[in-house]
Amino acid sequence: MSRLLLSRRRFLQASAAAGSGLLLAGCDQFDFLGQLDHPARNFMEQANVLTYNAQRRLLGEQTLAREYGASEIRQGQKPNGSTEPSTPQYVALRQGGFTDYRLQVTGLVEQPLSFSLAELRNMPARSQITRHDCVEGWSCIAKWTGTPLGPILDMARIKPEARFCVYHCFDNIERGLSGDVFYYESSDLVDAYHPQSILSYGLNEQTLPVANGAPVRLRIERALGYKQPKYLHTIELVADLTPFGRGNGGYWEDYGYDWYGGI
Amino acid sequence: MTEAADTQRRTARGPLVYRQSVATRVTHWVWAICLFFLLLSGLQIFNAHPALYIGQQSGFEFDNALLEIGAVRSGGELRGQTRIFGTSFDTTGMLGASGQADKPQLTAFPGAVTIPSYRDLGTGRVVHFFFGWVFLATMLAWFVASLVQGHLRRDIIPRGADLKAAPLDAVDHVRFRLHHNRSYGPLQKITYFVVLFVLFPLIVLTGLTMSPGLNASWPWLLDLFGGRQTARTIHFGTMVLLVLFFVVHIGMVIAAGPLNELRSMITGWYRISPANPKLEGDKP
Repeated sequence: MSRLLLSRRRFLQASAAAGSGLLLAGCDQFDFLGQLDHPARNFMEQANVLTYNAQRRLLGEQTLAREYGASEIRQGQKPNGSTEPSTPQYVALRQGGFTDYRLQVTGLVEQPLSFSLAELRNMPARSQITRHDCVEGWSCIAKWTGTPLGPILDMARIKPEARFCVYHCFDNIERGLSGDVFYYESSDLVDAYHPQSILSYGLNEQTLPVANGAPVRLRIERALGYKQPKYLHTIELVADLTPFGRGNGGYWEDYGYDWYGGI
Repeated sequence: MTEAADTQRRTARGPLVYRQSVATRVTHWVWAICLFFLLLSGLQIFNAHPALYIGQQSGFEFDNALLEIGAVRSGGELRGQTRIFGTSFDTTGMLGASGQADKPQLTAFPGAVTIPSYRDLGTGRVVHFFFGWVFLATMLAWFVASLVQGHLRRDIIPRGADLKAAPLDAVDHVRFRLHHNRSYGPLQKITYFVVLFVLFPLIVLTGLTMSPGLNASWPWLLDLFGGRQTARTIHFGTMVLLVLFFVVHIGMVIAAGPLNELRSMITGWYRISPANPKLEGDKP
């Protein structure tokens, strides 16, 4: 029996050794997983496909995101990402109060469409007090007002081969010597047709501010914040996402973020 | 050495018993790998917004933060600062600011304990969700196998007698008087029960509560945990408890005889103390 016992000192020494071994194990041995084309990473990314399929099966196409009471609006909507696009085109639109703004619906549609901000405001409106979840981890509750995207897609009569909406934005989120990189996003048609997916032009009973995406920001309430493109100008119906950006379906997706964004 | 003396020596060692089934051993090591990656990628994700709140949302214009880790400039140098329940602590070198004093790394948790070692939320999420799925699948496999094989009934679920014997067992542990019997001791049963039936499900459910997609289909999760941000806080707290469990677990393995313990978790065979009666199927 005594053989199985250990002196306290030896125990502490061995524990310290085990502890420091654990710390050393971290460091940078796994930094290769940050390489977007590494096979191990690409294998792990399949878990995101599994998440997407599992949630699509579990969720139902119409299940609503929770809507909160007005008392839950306790602060302004925290702006993140681009807060002031600087392209001449956007600056000119902004100076003109967005009167020359047009929202285009293009791509795999029978009837390409174009709407002014006034026309969008005259369409049936929906207001929803929802929680905005940033991929960084924070949440913020606000009231969003806009017109649902689904009926607009119906007006455009999307072609059967259309599988995704690509959302093109005004904001040059990266400004480099080799030119600007514009924000873009995409979703499947389930998210596009979801009843809470609205082209929002109002935030907390005010006109949508520039910092939050004026004149129009798409809300996709069952996904994270980066799936809710600000400064939206064109909705393009497509069958394939690879021709856009670096081919991953969105600006942040091109940097290795998951495309679904529902988790 | 005479035959009698030899027998006596072997008897003094106690018999080898087959203690851990294949299911227990495989799930144990898969969990170990999963929890390693989940912890380090989870700290990477935490670093993207190193604050924990109570409620549905994060207070930017009001204060509902329990914990905040950041860097503050003090006397021309950057110091790491951690605020818990409104009290600030200087945590330079560990949290908020670490590494060399002239070029500190300004992340909440230092790169030594995150995957990747540099700031990369997207990769942290890929790693976290991959091992999250593996962890969940392993939990389900373990539960079914343990239920069928009687492992739950025999070794995991504490009975009244275990609860009564727990205080004395605790005293024995403090005195390093560890028992090596055929099945788990009272404290072992209680600990494994809490880890497997409380902490594991809790960390999975609070993780799922952070998914805006799942919030739509299972809104009761938000009510169960008191909001998405509270769930995030509980997720973090459960992680801390699991790290504590890990430290004690390794400590006990070392104290109880690391080779014997490791053998039992690799081959299934565990040497118990000689006081135990020998049964059929035991090895000398």
